[in-house]
Amino acid sequence: MDLYEHQGKELFAAAGIPVPRGIVAVGPQGAREATEQLGGRSVVKAQVQAGGRGKGGGVVVADSPEEAEAAAARMLAEGFKGLPVTRVLVEERVPIAREFYAAFLLDRSTGRYLGMVAAEGGVDVEELARTRPEALRRVHVDPMLGLRDYHVRRLVGHLPAEAREGAAEVVRRLHAVLVERDAMLVEVNPLVLLEDGGVVALDAKVTIDDNALGRQPELERLRAAFPIDPVEARAKEAGLQYVKLEGEVGIIGNGAGLVMSTLDVVQRAGARPANFLDIGGGASAEVMATALEVVLSDPSVRAVLVNVFGGITRCDLVARGILSALERVEARVPLVVRLDGTNAAEGRRILEEAGHPRVVPAATMLEAAERAAELARAGVGGER
Amino acid sequence: MAVLVDRTTRVVVQGITGREGTFHSLRNRAYGTQVVAGVTPGKAGRDVEGIPVFDTVVDAVLETGADTSLIFVPARFAPEAILEAADAGLRLAVCITEGIPVHDMARVASYLRGTAMRLVGPNCPGVISPGQANVGIIPGEICAPGRVGLVSRSGTLTYQIVHELTQRGIGQSTCIGMGGDPVHGIGFVEALELFEADADTDLVVLIGEIGGDDEERAASFIAERVTKPVVGYIAGFTAPPGKRMGHAGAIVTGSSGTAQAKAEALEAVGVPVGRTPTEVAELVRERMS
Repeated sequence: MDLYEHQGKELFAAAGIPVPRGIVAVGPQGAREATEQLGGRSVVKAQVQAGGRGKGGGVVVADSPEEAEAAAARMLAEGFKGLPVTRVLVEERVPIAREFYAAFLLDRSTGRYLGMVAAEGGVDVEELARTRPEALRRVHVDPMLGLRDYHVRRLVGHLPAEAREGAAEVVRRLHAVLVERDAMLVEVNPLVLLEDGGVVALDAKVTIDDNALGRQPELERLRAAFPIDPVEARAKEAGLQYVKLEGEVGIIGNGAGLVMSTLDVVQRAGARPANFLDIGGGASAEVMATALEVVLSDPSVRAVLVNVFGGITRCDLVARGILSALERVEARVPLVVRLDGTNAAEGRRILEEAGHPRVVPAATMLEAAERAAELARAGVGGER
Repeated sequence: MAVLVDRTTRVVVQGITGREGTFHSLRNRAYGTQVVAGVTPGKAGRDVEGIPVFDTVVDAVLETGADTSLIFVPARFAPEAILEAADAGLRLAVCITEGIPVHDMARVASYLRGTAMRLVGPNCPGVISPGQANVGIIPGEICAPGRVGLVSRSGTLTYQIVHELTQRGIGQSTCIGMGGDPVHGIGFVEALELFEADADTDLVVLIGEIGGDDEERAASFIAERVTKPVVGYIAGFTAPPGKRMGHAGAIVTGSSGTAQAKAEALEAVGVPVGRTPTEVAELVRERMS
């Protein structure tokens, strides 16, 4: 789960990491008032779960409350990179002497924590690591041993002398946030040295491990701030993993890898997948029915492909789920169904006996994908 | 011979009295696996259709000579179950459990580096050596004994590819589901090392997906150390960046972890990468005939 910048900064502030004074506003009026409170000048920042705000117009330096109001009005109306913007962060302007970069993350290739500090800020860190690796200091920390003083000395050792102490404190506290808040990533880009010698986090990017939200209830509550697609919300409620995509073939399968593979095979067959939907292991008829309703509620879907390889999941239950869903929702598009694995023969027999006019059986995954792609193309041209 | 598990493997199931634990213990025993013990704290002295239940893994080892654990306990308790298995001196633990917080797994992985135990998983379908032993939840009936080794980050996608191999008369030495979590036990590199050394494996199928750099590291290892032919598959060419595709580890972050980059890394070291599961099976058939 990616937090908004202001949420990340609230975590930072609670952990003792200095951040600029800031006020969250949900309307242009609020942005103007906030700027007045901050002394008449501010920085207005769109709150979105996406990067590249600086270059993309998502951050505006305002010299007056009116400018802040206008910037906020534009951000809230236009959104950012196709994402809705429902709130902006209005921050005090700070006098910057130098910019740096600091981050801690859980490094999946080593299973250890990775701390990184660069002596320049506002950088694309992947780019920096490729082009000038010497500018980025990296330290691996064993999760059992934790952060040691020598790690910190190494990380900040290439910063200007006057920034080292402040940066060292930020690094220690970033590590603490990573561990205590079950974060996968805590990133400050830029971390700045102020003219008065203070070191402050101007930005905050925090990603929380979804598997740990159960023991981080106050972080789970932050989710309420995020705009949610109603279809995704419905799927989540039913325990389904659903991701909306741009295409016209609705996809339902069991197991993340098989579903991803199904999307790829549909694409190769010349159509575009409309979604990722994983019904998980051991799904019941009820779950299958909800999945179908979710996929059919997407108006861009022109054909649906159900690809199930039964391990724990029983294909007879999947078949019954499809039929019971077809009683509840009107199938406005054809449904290509491929069943294999546990109880597949019975599942196929159930579908065949029902003889529903919209259900198109397919013998293999490849055949099913090709058939669904073909039907979706015909549907795009034929209907409406 | 196979790798990791075979007919001599003696399995203790941690969480045997739970619904999944019981179901798969019995299914694995019916497959021919030696399921010799179960562990559920507080339920020592009972049995699950003849399989004795103990309070601790050490008790199970002392009484039954178990050497491998299969773990079904819930995510909150699974990290401790893995540590308990390691401290009991087992040589292998296979953790099926999904949803373990990644920081917990990082600490467990750190501890395991100092022990002799290998871990498969978590969030994985387990390991099967067809005709010998099934330690996990892979449906035994889709597999056939043979000489292809298979290692995968996915569950049902593995079944799909195994199924296509078996349908073409191509059997498997061992299938390893290494799991879909960001921090996990055995990876592609360790699996390739095992298959390279296994006299009963002639070819390895490597099934990857978006996220992380396991496939890229596998490619380097193949270039340096693997002499047997390898055939690859990568799922997630159509996955948009920044969206988690089901598995906790299946996410393209920035420009890294894309299916394209992974396929190119493998192809650059001479590993053909099938673009569909069917193509993978065909590539294997061409090389096994």
